[in-house]
Amino acid sequence: MRMKRVAAVAAAATLALGLAACGGDGESGGSGSKGLIGKAQNQKKLVIGVKADQPGLGLQTGSTYEGFDVEIAKIIAKGLGVEAGSIEWKTTVSANREPFIQQGTVDLVVATYTINDERKQKISFAGPYFIAGQDLLVNADSTLVGPEGLDGKTVCSVTGSTPAKRIQTEHPKAKLQQFDSYSKCLPLLENRKVDAVTTDDIILAGYAAQDQYAGKFKVVGKPFSSEPYGIGLKKDDKDGCEKVNEILKAAASDGSYKAAWDSTLGKSGKAAPELDTTKLTNCGSV
Amino acid sequence: MHVFADQTNLDAYVSGFLWILKLTGASTFFALVLGVLLAAFRVSPVPVLRGLGTAWVNIFRNTPLTLIIFFCYFGLFSTLGLSLSDDLNLNNYWLGVVGLSVYTAAFVCEAVRSGINTVPAGQAEAARAVGLTFFQTLRIVILPQAGRAVVAPLGSVLIALCKNATIVGTIGLIEASSVMKDLINSNGDAVIPIFLVFAGTFAALLIPTGYFFGWLANRLAVKR
Repeated sequence: MRMKRVAAVAAAATLALGLAACGGDGESGGSGSKGLIGKAQNQKKLVIGVKADQPGLGLQTGSTYEGFDVEIAKIIAKGLGVEAGSIEWKTTVSANREPFIQQGTVDLVVATYTINDERKQKISFAGPYFIAGQDLLVNADSTLVGPEGLDGKTVCSVTGSTPAKRIQTEHPKAKLQQFDSYSKCLPLLENRKVDAVTTDDIILAGYAAQDQYAGKFKVVGKPFSSEPYGIGLKKDDKDGCEKVNEILKAAASDGSYKAAWDSTLGKSGKAAPELDTTKLTNCGSV
Repeated sequence: MHVFADQTNLDAYVSGFLWILKLTGASTFFALVLGVLLAAFRVSPVPVLRGLGTAWVNIFRNTPLTLIIFFCYFGLFSTLGLSLSDDLNLNNYWLGVVGLSVYTAAFVCEAVRSGINTVPAGQAEAARAVGLTFFQTLRIVILPQAGRAVVAPLGSVLIALCKNATIVGTIGLIEASSVMKDLINSNGDAVIPIFLVFAGTFAALLIPTGYFFGWLANRLAVKR
């Protein structure tokens, strides 16, 4: 019995040390180098978090990622002096973006990442590089015309995402089914187990345009929010944030922003939006 | 611990573990009933029933629970239209109970069957000799002894079931592990404290359960 107790204590201690070691790694990643610019210059590589399941924005096929977010990330990496081949892509979902940045798992997040005050307390945002709006995806024959009609209806979204929280607070009578990814919502919509899928219009359009769902769904087309997509990076990395904004400004004027759009979301026929460089964040300065 | 000082977070934490307890409770009941029935099938003289019991155990014991729960939602509910409640959360809950029960029943069945093997064959023969039918033999002679022999292994099955209940989070029931993910999402600076609180709560629920079943097993053991 005595031996067993000793073994149990030893096992617990090992576990605790293991956890402590994990925490330590995350910290040193951030403080060892001088922010984003320092890491790009010293190591010539970056870890960038993107979505893996959003057609047109960030979609993983095999080991490669493609989409508008991915192209934007490549432009920023290039501006920081990192070749596209030296980027390590990391799949992020809505729920793990802040922890990934805070723990130093990724250097940048370009993943349909809405800038808001709550998130600004934990991380910094550069951008926005695109303004989306929350909308509803419904079956082609649905009579739903906007969020007002959602009372008593079932809506599908992602746990912890901005759209899910907005439904909970602004339309509490709607029933909210939450999953860890939007792709799980689509078969439910197809089988009419949910009445609508909600997130940003641009993401919904990407899903609706997928071959297997062609003609089945429609985007309602009445955005009920403004979602400025930003680029997430470590809080207080002011230099890194300003540098990213400079790169975005340059991309807007030299045409690489438009090229990124045309090669991804632009394929749906939608013209490239104008990148309004006057609206870029001030990176936390007052 | 500032995370749990917030009332909303605390409520989410409590409701997460209440879902776990509710899932465990209902699934324990159905898994026990189903498991004992399957064990009876597996030792019955009817080949069809024996085959059914064997097939059940082989299929559900060797399929990942994640797949079973996923199928309950996307197969039974979404595609085949089996709705168990009009309330969204309760529907997810009962679909989860179905998945957990059919899975755990396979383990209960095997535990009970091993218990049946501890009862000397002579007792079954004697019961037949005095004219008891198969079901009477099982009910009056075999199962009472078998049940007492498998209290400890059933305790392990119950503990596993309680932890497995977190998988129901994948079909949208906001149980403890989903609450933990949500809290970590909004408190990326307190990942380890949050994790320790949730892991600690599970341990606090299950360690006494383990000791209780150990004590019960000793108390009920058939002395031979």
